[in-house]
Amino acid sequence: MNGTEFVPLSLTPILIGVFAAVACALPGNFLLLRRQALIGDAISHVVLPGIVVAFLVTGKVTTWPMMLGAAGAALFAVALIEAIRRLGRIEPGAAMGVAFTSLFAAGVLALEQSDTSSIHIDVEHALMGNLESLIWLDAIGWESLLDTAALAGLPPELLRLAVTLVLVGLFIRVFWRPLKISTFDEGFAQVMGLRTGVLGLALVIVSAIAAVAAFDAVGSIIVIAMFICPPAAARLMTNRLEVQVAWSVLFATLSAVLGYVLAGYGPLWLGFTNSVSAAGMIATVSGLILALTALFGPCRSRIGAPVEG
Amino acid sequence: MLWQALTLQLGYNATLVAVGSTLLGIAAGVTGTFLFLRKRALVSDAISHATLPGVGLAFILMVWLGGDGRNLAGLLAGSALSAWIGLLSVQWLTRRTRLAEDAAIGAVLSTFFGFGVVLLTVIQTMRAGQQAGLGQLLLGSTAGMLFADAVLIAAGGAACLALTLILRRPMTLVAFDPEFAQASGLNTRRIDLATMGLVLAVTVVGLKIVGLILIVALLIIPPVTARFWTDRTGFVVAFAGLTGGVAGFVGAAISASASSLPTGPIIVLVSFALFAVSLLLAPGHGVLAAVLKHNRFQKRVHLRQGLLALAQGHPIYERYTLRLLQKRGWALADGMPTEAGKGQAAKALRDESRWEMLRGIAMHEAAAARYDGLTRIEAVLTADQIADLDERIGGPRPVTP
Repeated sequence: MNGTEFVPLSLTPILIGVFAAVACALPGNFLLLRRQALIGDAISHVVLPGIVVAFLVTGKVTTWPMMLGAAGAALFAVALIEAIRRLGRIEPGAAMGVAFTSLFAAGVLALEQSDTSSIHIDVEHALMGNLESLIWLDAIGWESLLDTAALAGLPPELLRLAVTLVLVGLFIRVFWRPLKISTFDEGFAQVMGLRTGVLGLALVIVSAIAAVAAFDAVGSIIVIAMFICPPAAARLMTNRLEVQVAWSVLFATLSAVLGYVLAGYGPLWLGFTNSVSAAGMIATVSGLILALTALFGPCRSRIGAPVEG
Repeated sequence: MLWQALTLQLGYNATLVAVGSTLLGIAAGVTGTFLFLRKRALVSDAISHATLPGVGLAFILMVWLGGDGRNLAGLLAGSALSAWIGLLSVQWLTRRTRLAEDAAIGAVLSTFFGFGVVLLTVIQTMRAGQQAGLGQLLLGSTAGMLFADAVLIAAGGAACLALTLILRRPMTLVAFDPEFAQASGLNTRRIDLATMGLVLAVTVVGLKIVGLILIVALLIIPPVTARFWTDRTGFVVAFAGLTGGVAGFVGAAISASASSLPTGPIIVLVSFALFAVSLLLAPGHGVLAAVLKHNRFQKRVHLRQGLLALAQGHPIYERYTLRLLQKRGWALADGMPTEAGKGQAAKALRDESRWEMLRGIAMHEAAAARYDGLTRIEAVLTADQIADLDERIGGPRPVTP
């Protein structure tokens, strides 16, 4: 494959996929260790009501109000889960199940009630995203990377996700020690004077930002998969948090690249004519990576000791 | 219109849907209860998402064999198979690796769902797949429900209910005390699998009406709702079935009464409304009951402390305390005790010294442990015992200079 075909058609989707995957996997490491792995699942379900409400308020399909709506819905969902858990004294899993399914149902209902069916918000789009369509039409080859006129035609999602990734990375870098301490020993962190409640909320907010930005470009399947699968696979590879984060970034990148390539070219290699969903394939690849680490990862067992021989 | 729908007068299809959703709601509520009591409610989320690849594969297989890919029974069989594989994957990940169950659930649901979406895009490119409408199974669709579909749902729901009734004792035991269940010879792993299998069956049966994303709500919300009203397992099961059935019936009726009201989301929202009402108003575990209980407790503490302050001649600064004392006619607005108040205060102080004396007597250790500053001493001791205490305390003694 040469640059004239690869750069306009595949480079930007792959980059967007990688950015989205890494931006979700980074906070996912901490969510996994804090037993909050399913927050990503809950957030990606409530994004739908968020964008529908934003559409009903503004009446337009524009990016920023919708992302604000989605972020607002994510925070609302987290607050609702916490309220149900505390007020009803219900275990967190069930509280989450009550909250996100109801909000999702409300979103579907609102979608059916409004005449949004004419435009392109629909449930399947929200689930699967449109990674394949984020192409860079102005590019003619590798040399376009240096051409400012062509660079102006990059899909806006690319820049948005790059900014999100930098934000998420900065948050993790700046709050590395407090996050690490409060994740492993919340009591100790409190004794040291850390405000663990605020920190936990900040982590959830950062996750929500990553989820919403990624959702806009690649759909919610990737979001859920990348919050959980790469960090979980990385957890089975090592006992050190630093190394785990590095592994999770590697796994996320690998899933995104491999998934995109397999979805785009795999069917062609097998003799079919049409490509399959890239979002679905990326999630599948990340699951396969997790399955491999669960079978062979050096730290897969519960005791945590590396297996001898 | 709504009334007609509620009384099943909106025609054949609406009636079929209403009956089907009611049965589904009952079955989901009853089976979901054991999942909820086992504290594994979200496993249903993994199970339901894991049905998608099975649906896709079944469709492809049926078309490939030359049949109609939309045969509901075939699709459901495929979905049951892949959901079972998903369930076993969750169990395997939790048992064999150090991942927690929530991570295993999330990993399985996203991977299986992703693979299902890949298969759906494959189907869209097949000639037979153009109008497959498999996307309907995501959110459910009752518009074209056939009598055969309704019979399938009714039979499946009834079978789930019957199996739940048969297995209710071992499942309850495992839910509350797995170690004890294991020690009494039950195979907890197999019973857990049976619970999950029932949930799986309900999920598969419910795909047609509410779809795979929202069936989770029917499995979780009714048990949580029922738990507010009672502490007895049998009642929770019955009540969850009842709320699930009501939500199914009312939801189907509302959805039939107007267009653009999709059945699945409406059923979920009705059951959420029942949940919200229970969360606020249920006696015992509800928010209102908790607030009332807290207020009663606060009042008792304030009264008690106020009386002790009166007895010892301390001024009362707390407005609420003073207001409570005034309302009972035990104190005046300036904080001075009335005659009745003096009597009550003397009694309160006397009780305090009785409790203090009680703490020194080894024989009454158990009774003394119940001291919390509010319990009346008459509640733990008999009149004779109190008289005995009073004797030990004695009357006023002369003070030696």
